[in-house]
Amino acid sequence: MKKVTAFLIISFLFVLSVLLTTSTWAQTPLTGEEILRRVDANIGSDNKIATAEMIIHGRRGSRAIKSKSWVSGEEKSYTEYLAPAREEGTKMLKLEDQLWTYIPSTDRTIKIAGHMLRQSVMGSDLSYEDMMEDPELLNLYEANIIGEEIYLDRPCWILELTAKVEDISYHSRKIWVDKERYVSLKEERFARSGKLLKIFEVKEVRQFQNRWVPTRMVFKDALKNGMGTEYKIETIEFNADIPEALFTKASLR
Amino acid sequence: MILPRLALRNLLGAGLKTWLNVVVLSFSFVVIIWSQGLYKGMGDQARVAQTDAEFGGGQYWQEKYDPFDPLTLQDAHAAIPESLQTKIEKGEAAPILISQATIYPEGRLQTILMKGIDPAQSVVNLPTRFLDQENEDLPVLIGTRMAKNTGLKIGDTVTVRWRDVQGTFDARDAKIVQIMKTNVPTVDQAQIWVPLDKLQALTRMENEASLVILAQDTREFPQTSGWIHKDMDFLLKDINTLVKTKQVGGSIIYIILLALAMLAIFNTQVLSIFRRRKEMGTLMSLGMTRGKIIQLFTMEGAMHSVLAAVVAAIYGIPLLLSFAKKGWAMPQAMDDYGIALGEVLFPVYGTGLVIGTTVLILLVTTIVSFLPTRKIAKLKPTDALRGKMT
Repeated sequence: MKKVTAFLIISFLFVLSVLLTTSTWAQTPLTGEEILRRVDANIGSDNKIATAEMIIHGRRGSRAIKSKSWVSGEEKSYTEYLAPAREEGTKMLKLEDQLWTYIPSTDRTIKIAGHMLRQSVMGSDLSYEDMMEDPELLNLYEANIIGEEIYLDRPCWILELTAKVEDISYHSRKIWVDKERYVSLKEERFARSGKLLKIFEVKEVRQFQNRWVPTRMVFKDALKNGMGTEYKIETIEFNADIPEALFTKASLR
Repeated sequence: MILPRLALRNLLGAGLKTWLNVVVLSFSFVVIIWSQGLYKGMGDQARVAQTDAEFGGGQYWQEKYDPFDPLTLQDAHAAIPESLQTKIEKGEAAPILISQATIYPEGRLQTILMKGIDPAQSVVNLPTRFLDQENEDLPVLIGTRMAKNTGLKIGDTVTVRWRDVQGTFDARDAKIVQIMKTNVPTVDQAQIWVPLDKLQALTRMENEASLVILAQDTREFPQTSGWIHKDMDFLLKDINTLVKTKQVGGSIIYIILLALAMLAIFNTQVLSIFRRRKEMGTLMSLGMTRGKIIQLFTMEGAMHSVLAAVVAAIYGIPLLLSFAKKGWAMPQAMDDYGIALGEVLFPVYGTGLVIGTTVLILLVTTIVSFLPTRKIAKLKPTDALRGKMT
């Protein structure tokens, strides 16, 4: 009987300690850094394959460009344009800071230097750099929580990110992070002077392989008139098996 | 001396036929001198304007600077070397820092070059003193072409975005403090001028420049590591090539005119030799050699050009002088060619040009006049007297 009582007491104490530990952890306010880590963990993956549609709203109307991308880490990505017919078959390969573009109509592969990555992609509000970057924000920015807000009916933290490295495009960013899904729902990117340069707004979030992924978003150059560029992810596969041979120039032709 | 007098008498005796040839040939004279003068004026004007506003007395380029490749601009900057710094301090050189940037006039995006220049410089003829405004965050000087393209006016504010030396975006609202009128599109189109120290600070390129412009009277060009001296021959090469191309293009017109005149003279000579067989036979009978007769006929033909020069001078000199004085208003489209022409183009007629043209026409006319006369060499006096051609 004594043994049973002792077992019960020990079990009770164990459960109590576990409960107390858990609740303490749960109640510990998250730091900006921790939130950013979770944001990176939600979206980050070694390899990704995604099919997306980019709708560019210009002064003379809108046009949609469909593409499929294979991304490996932060350094390698391969994109093939699927539509419209004019762009079909155009391929882009990015290895570190270099970009090669293959245009089927000319049957030529053009190497584009690092600076060209800063040019607009097909007249959109996105630069090649914006489109191809998939960095872990935690490696680049220090994060501070500066507020909370309901955005798209979702409770969000507002994080202010300040660059901790020198060679970075945007000196600071402000991001709205969904408190439950750890997905960034809105982002504002600022110049060193503090002037707002780009706005990124998520319109739809879907779950893929237990990750919350923004599937419809709008990029907008804040200094320019216009409706910005819409970006829709149709399918996405995380930790996909991508053959290394895809990230070679030979695969462009 | 008898031959020239005889040739002139024969020529004038031919009456209207001679004067028709002379008038056509005089057109060639005037058109050649006018068009060559126009191209020379164009070249001189462009060279002076470009030297004044852009090239100075030569430039030093940072070794990576390539004005025809904007993508290299990001790396085309370096600390100004000591030897050039001394010249800058003496006011004998002006450093320019160039950065790629984007402006957003009325919410439209436009890629431009942002050029930093010392407001106090006097090396190039640009109104940079307007940039000396302490109370403005980013004062900007633009040209009339840039103002027209962007719709910007003095006092307007426009957002400018650029990347600093590390590639980080920065942006400011800049104020247009002056709009300059310049003949040189390459210091105007798709670019803005800002104070050098501000641009150096904003791009975090302290004491750096992309190029250094030397004063026009510079005679010493020190060797500097990492900076390449570009002399005036190099800087003006484009203008000189353009003018040469234009001259070649323009020469087609006067080659056609000259060809027409020469055809008329050739035809006159052939006809004249055919119709004046008996005269040639008589001259031979009187003791004139075939060579002398050939000389006479060639001289008659060549004298067309002498008469043409006189006629061209009678109506051409007042015409060309008035043209040189009033100039030729250039159409707006010429402004987009990228050459500093100005609104009015003034032709320049040099002595060399006038003498050269006269000698050229005289030479061509003489050759053309001589060619038909070769038949005379085979002419027998007896056949000639009977009006036969052998």
